[in-house]
Amino acid sequence: MAAQKQKARATKVSKKKPEETRKLVPIFIMGQRYMVPGSLTIQKAMEYAGFQLVRGCGCRGGICGACGTVYRFPDSHRIEVGLACQTVVQPDMYLAQIPFFPANKAVYDIEKLSPTGSDVAKLYPEIFKCIGCNVCTKSCPMDIDVMEYVARAIRGDVAGVAELSFDCVMCGLCAARCPAEEAQYNFAILCRRLYGRHIAPRAKHLAERIREIEKGRFDRPLQNLMQTQHDKMVTLYKEREIEPDMADEDWTPGDARYV
Amino acid sequence: MPYTPELQKLIKAVEKTRPARVERKKKGQEFPAIPVDDRPDMLKNYHPDFKPGTRRKIKVGPNRGYDISHEIVDLLEARSRIDPKRIDLSRVDYETDVLIIGGGGAGSAAALLAQENGARVLLTTKLRLGDANTMMAEGGIQAATKRGKDSPYFHYLDVMGGGHFVNDPKLVRTLVREAPGVMGWLEKMGTMFSKYPDGTLKTMHGGGTSRKRMHYAGDITGAEIMRTLRDEVRNRPENIKVLEYVAAVELILTDTGQCAGAVFYSLETREFFVVKAKSTVLATGGSGRLHIQDFMTTNHYGATGDGLVMAYRAGVKLNFLHTVQYHPTGAVFPEQAEGLLITEKFRGAGANLVNIKGEQFVYEREPRDVEAAAIIRECSPDVARGVPTPTGKFGVWLDSPMIDMLKGPGTVRKEFPGKHILFRRYGIDISKDPMLIHPTLHYQNGGVEINDKCETSMPGLYVAGEIAGGIHGENRLMGNSLLDVTVFGKIAGEHAASHARRRSLRGKLTLEHVQRYHRALTRAGVKTDRIAPMILPDYSNPEVKERQLTTDYQGTLR
Repeated sequence: MAAQKQKARATKVSKKKPEETRKLVPIFIMGQRYMVPGSLTIQKAMEYAGFQLVRGCGCRGGICGACGTVYRFPDSHRIEVGLACQTVVQPDMYLAQIPFFPANKAVYDIEKLSPTGSDVAKLYPEIFKCIGCNVCTKSCPMDIDVMEYVARAIRGDVAGVAELSFDCVMCGLCAARCPAEEAQYNFAILCRRLYGRHIAPRAKHLAERIREIEKGRFDRPLQNLMQTQHDKMVTLYKEREIEPDMADEDWTPGDARYV
Repeated sequence: MPYTPELQKLIKAVEKTRPARVERKKKGQEFPAIPVDDRPDMLKNYHPDFKPGTRRKIKVGPNRGYDISHEIVDLLEARSRIDPKRIDLSRVDYETDVLIIGGGGAGSAAALLAQENGARVLLTTKLRLGDANTMMAEGGIQAATKRGKDSPYFHYLDVMGGGHFVNDPKLVRTLVREAPGVMGWLEKMGTMFSKYPDGTLKTMHGGGTSRKRMHYAGDITGAEIMRTLRDEVRNRPENIKVLEYVAAVELILTDTGQCAGAVFYSLETREFFVVKAKSTVLATGGSGRLHIQDFMTTNHYGATGDGLVMAYRAGVKLNFLHTVQYHPTGAVFPEQAEGLLITEKFRGAGANLVNIKGEQFVYEREPRDVEAAAIIRECSPDVARGVPTPTGKFGVWLDSPMIDMLKGPGTVRKEFPGKHILFRRYGIDISKDPMLIHPTLHYQNGGVEINDKCETSMPGLYVAGEIAGGIHGENRLMGNSLLDVTVFGKIAGEHAASHARRRSLRGKLTLEHVQRYHRALTRAGVKTDRIAPMILPDYSNPEVKERQLTTDYQGTLR
């Protein structure tokens, strides 16, 4: 059955594809020429060409950073970058994936660090080697201003690094191309965690709620719900008060028994 | 890529009806909702869960007779990747207290807690640490953290209602009661949740919530949680060893019926090897990559339901696999965005769903399953008013430009920055052109049966995350999966560590259960060359595959 289905799928695809997407274009995967449909992403083009991806493929949705890819065109010296799952092939592109890069990762106890530039510099002293070439920024498939956050790290602006690097997918392309051998994405996550742990104010309501729960404040109401018969549950569900969409933070429900 | 000339021509039909639709919307004249009494028919006729011929009763194992999707039954009615007789169990390659199979949110949380409870931990993943659906969750994480307006009581009601009241009450209680604690745990690890200047966590509504309790970190909540957990796992290299690109293929038992580890296959060196463990945590995630009924999926490359197979062969029961979650609006164009989730917020803001003729065919805020069924009906041969895509699929238009006309120019760009930028990259301005969407396979509602300690019916085997069943009943609410993986991941780690401390492994290691399962397949008349677990889906070009004459495939793997 599986084979039949696969065949059905194959026929469906080849029959129904309108002309323009079947137009094949040449691409060069690690130097080898393949003809692939011009509408595919680099990732799907590699699969079309016959590769079964193990490394260099993850979420297939542009967020996990597994498929960092570098490419170039014949009449240009410029190295361009993209995520293979998000970048559509172009005729004559020469490409290679960089599925892994052996960047330095410091080991630390986030509790024992302070959110200062000096703690970051102690763990990643190489940040000071930045020569300001800006290749990291040019190499970022997420359009992050990497060099700027490196500069902030040098200045000890942990919050700045956290904010600027927030969209980082940790693909490693910046580190792969850095002449100063930095591990930008690794000290960036250190800074984000330092920010989240030590700089951003704690949520007081959260700490209080956790204490209430530990004291057993909701144990009985929950126990009662667990023992409620189906019909009564449906009624409770239908009748529960819904917080209005436009309500402010300080909205309170009419029935405050269980809150 | 931008819209093709053919699609641009079809968009004209949407543009033609748009002013009138906007006018009606402004006057509050909504498209009539499907009457509640007609919903069952709509679902029965068009929701994928009810489509005849898409499921069959499984012939073997603890759930014999359970009627579920062919794709899952295919996986369960398959032979092992190994010939048990050829695996030398006397040669143990790794020995550990706690073995964790899976490196997503649940596996990472379990690793941290097991380590904190004194265990030596071996965490294995078939891809990289963090390659998981957790990474891809955008929306948020539910927890009743707001005092004075919310509590675990209301969270419990919402979860049960969303799941059609059939969820396991004990699991739901655990989920909602532990939720604030998990938020505190993540906050303390430095997760950058979106906050007000005074530290109050920002929250919003999700589908089916009675209170705004969806916490978020920008629009990449799952990625932020996952990269924080991953960083923390990597900060404990002394006691948490991580093996990447190794896939579990079978559980190992003792002849006294305890779980004692697993057999692994290296995707890089192609070796099989043996891991012996006092406790084993299965955290292998969901199964969107099975492409149930050929649906595209929002899921990760590795979401192939491996753990279901291993647990089932070992005799552990599955539940709630008869329902699968389809999100009504997944992108179906351009090709590189296929399956990508388009948030419900677009419809909330007033965007209509329209067919190839530019006609509205459904109210845009029906419940998820009804909405999905209505879209599928429009694209079905009976109605045939779907919009064909260049890859041979069908979709309908989500008319996002209406939002700017209803709420002022610039609203789309301001309210949906992520999607706006993403589509810009494809050469599509979603404030001017509609999006082409179709329901997409999103979540495995059911899975392996567990109790509120993440224990299974097999001593020494723990299960956490999307692979588990019962927490969400027949339908999960948005924001409860990130919560599920962290709450139950932690619990699994803690209990697996305490089990490892209390119990030593007795008896001989065995794979007899695999042989027994093979015999049961034969007895049930299942003749098949299918092999499971799948490990990775196969997206090879069939034409190339035909020419790979000399290549051996074992299931989907070459």
